[in-house]
Amino acid sequence: MSGPILVLVELGSGDGAGTADRVSLETLAFARSLADGLGGAPVEALLVGSDASGAAAALGAHGVTTGHVVTDAAIAGAYAPAAWGAALAELAGARGAVAIIGPGTDRGAEVLAHAAARLGAPLAANVLSATPGDSWSVTRQRWAGSLLEDATLDASVRCLTMAPHAVAVDERAGSPAAAVASFAPAIAPADLLVRVTGHEPPSKGSISLTDAKVVVGGGRGVGSAAAFSELEELAELLGAAIGVSRVVTSNGWRPHTQQVGQTGQRIAPDLYIACGISGAIQHIVGCKSAKRILAINTDAESPIMALADYAVIGDLHQVVPAVSAEIRRRAG
Amino acid sequence: MRVLVCVKRVPQTGGRIVLTADGQAIDTKFLGFTISPHEECGVEEAVRIIEAQGGESVVLTLGAAAAEEQLRDAMALGVDRAVLLETDGSEWDPVSTAAVIADTIRAQEAAGGPFDLVIFGNESADSGGFQVGIRVAVALGRPVVNGLKGLTLGSGSITARREAAGGGWETYELPTPAIVGVKEGLNLPRYPSVPGRLRAKKKEVERITIGASGSGPAAVSGAPTGPMKSMLRLPQEAESQVEILGRGAEAAPAVVDLLQKIGVVAR
Ligand SMILES: Cc1cc2nc3c(=O)[nH]c(=O)nc-3n(C[C@H](O)[C@H](O)[C@H](O)COP(=O)(O)OP(=O)(O)OC[C@H]3O[C@@H](n4cnc5c(N)ncnc54)[C@H](O)[C@@H]3O)c2cc1C
Ligand SMILES: Nc1ncnc2c1ncn2[C@@H]1O[C@H](COP(=O)(O)O)[C@@H](O)[C@H]1O
Repeated sequence: MSGPILVLVELGSGDGAGTADRVSLETLAFARSLADGLGGAPVEALLVGSDASGAAAALGAHGVTTGHVVTDAAIAGAYAPAAWGAALAELAGARGAVAIIGPGTDRGAEVLAHAAARLGAPLAANVLSATPGDSWSVTRQRWAGSLLEDATLDASVRCLTMAPHAVAVDERAGSPAAAVASFAPAIAPADLLVRVTGHEPPSKGSISLTDAKVVVGGGRGVGSAAAFSELEELAELLGAAIGVSRVVTSNGWRPHTQQVGQTGQRIAPDLYIACGISGAIQHIVGCKSAKRILAINTDAESPIMALADYAVIGDLHQVVPAVSAEIRRRAG
Repeated sequence: MRVLVCVKRVPQTGGRIVLTADGQAIDTKFLGFTISPHEECGVEEAVRIIEAQGGESVVLTLGAAAAEEQLRDAMALGVDRAVLLETDGSEWDPVSTAAVIADTIRAQEAAGGPFDLVIFGNESADSGGFQVGIRVAVALGRPVVNGLKGLTLGSGSITARREAAGGGWETYELPTPAIVGVKEGLNLPRYPSVPGRLRAKKKEVERITIGASGSGPAAVSGAPTGPMKSMLRLPQEAESQVEILGRGAEAAPAVVDLLQKIGVVAR
């Protein structure tokens, strides 16, 4: 039988604190299907956190045989990318892992890069599928998912991160709990130099762009910072968040935190109202998970029309205020 | 103060990507070129740091001879000089790229003194490997953190912030010399001025020929490189049929009908 597949499992934050986060569970589902292709290789997990043992045991339902937990406060007390990467690399060696897989999150990508660099192994980021063999064939995302790459990974330990939301969580009730093994890696002081030293809470009150059910989007067609008042009025009536294109943030009309796309936020609202946005692929990758898209654009040929479900052809400065007025009129 | 920023030339794709017939690359016949927005913010940060503290900023790229364009763009914004690691235009994998960049940093530092800060993008626009900066940091034994949207330089240290997974921010302290991976939103880059463009034409580009991928130090040492690209493909996208609700302000009632139908506006 082959050595185990080792998965880095991140713990959630906020309401999800103390349990594995969603993208990590997706990564375990992917690892489980890969393990089948490797003749039933075990799936093992690494969790770093002073109270990670409960979360580790619960991973049995996600196919994990053993959850290795690092609880030492020096390493687990605060996120430290190099130390976590070193721990992952050391564990992979000790267990004879054939692959190391992490979630394609900020931390997952960072820790895997550290581990791969230490192991002198290649790393494929944002993988969608993999076929084991002498060298592994993988399909991975480029351009934030608007292009796919088929590639090979040639190394004794294959390092990958899993593209978020590419596979569904595979939780099987009634599975035995994972064995919990405590792991004390040898971490050099230099690897603990960089660690989280402080937190700032999210600013209160505003609707989070990534959680909003409705997003009113504005692009170059809005024309100025001041003209965003028209979109804000509609957003207010709909309880929506404002999202924008890169042209808008580059012009300083709105803050970058509101940018949707490859180098901004990924959103998945029930409705995205794209006003004066052409639909460049780098914008589309950020909003294509919206259930419905309504485009308001003067140009019936603009690329956004290929993705939109509904459209109004016209000047947003006339359409948007008219829609707001109609909502108010019907509300009485 | 010495700051190095690493950028990568990529095609500026518009509404849709077209591949070459052999599926090895994006067809760039009708396209311009740019760098990642993350790297644009890296360039701006390098310029601001040197404007504030004095010293030298350097921009580096590994790419085809034509990547000089992106180096001149960075110098037009105020970067002092450039290093072009000139390839034959073939694609370099991240392991080999990082190995050559790390070697080049050693050589540049031997000649001109240490870089207090080396800035990378969080991920390249085209390949999105999320690793070159971290590999370089590991090779040079320097502290590194990725995903930064805020940098404050102290004496001998840097305070950095990045967005936390559950909202809000987390902060990091790094001793210098350090390496950072930055994201768009770090700052608002300036636009190039005409005098800036003219000055950039006269600035120095140091060219170092490195040729084809696989000729770098990783290949020489026999360590595995990759991932090795075999083919590019376009993802299958569900075709949507767009329903035109109307034209101009007259479409408002049809829009609100829709909003009511899908439950976004109360009936
Ligand atoms: C590596 C990389 C990453 C990028 N990341 C992002 C990203 O994260 N997010 C992002 O958005 N972009 C990103 N971009 C930029 C992207 O390529 C486009 O340049 C950008 O999305 C275009 O913004 P826009 O649609 O607002 O502007 P334009 O493309 O100029 O489109 C404006 C649209 O408004 C319409 N219009 C004009 N006036 C009106 C009016 N009065 N009423 C109604 N419609 C009107 C026009 O018909 C047109 O369709 C990235 C680019 C690169 C190279
Ligand atoms: N060919 C290159 N030349 C210079 N810098 C590069 C190159 N490739 C990647 N980088 C740098 O490394 C960062 C991360 O790249 P990647 O690991 O490919 O996502 C980029 O944002 C650049 O700053």
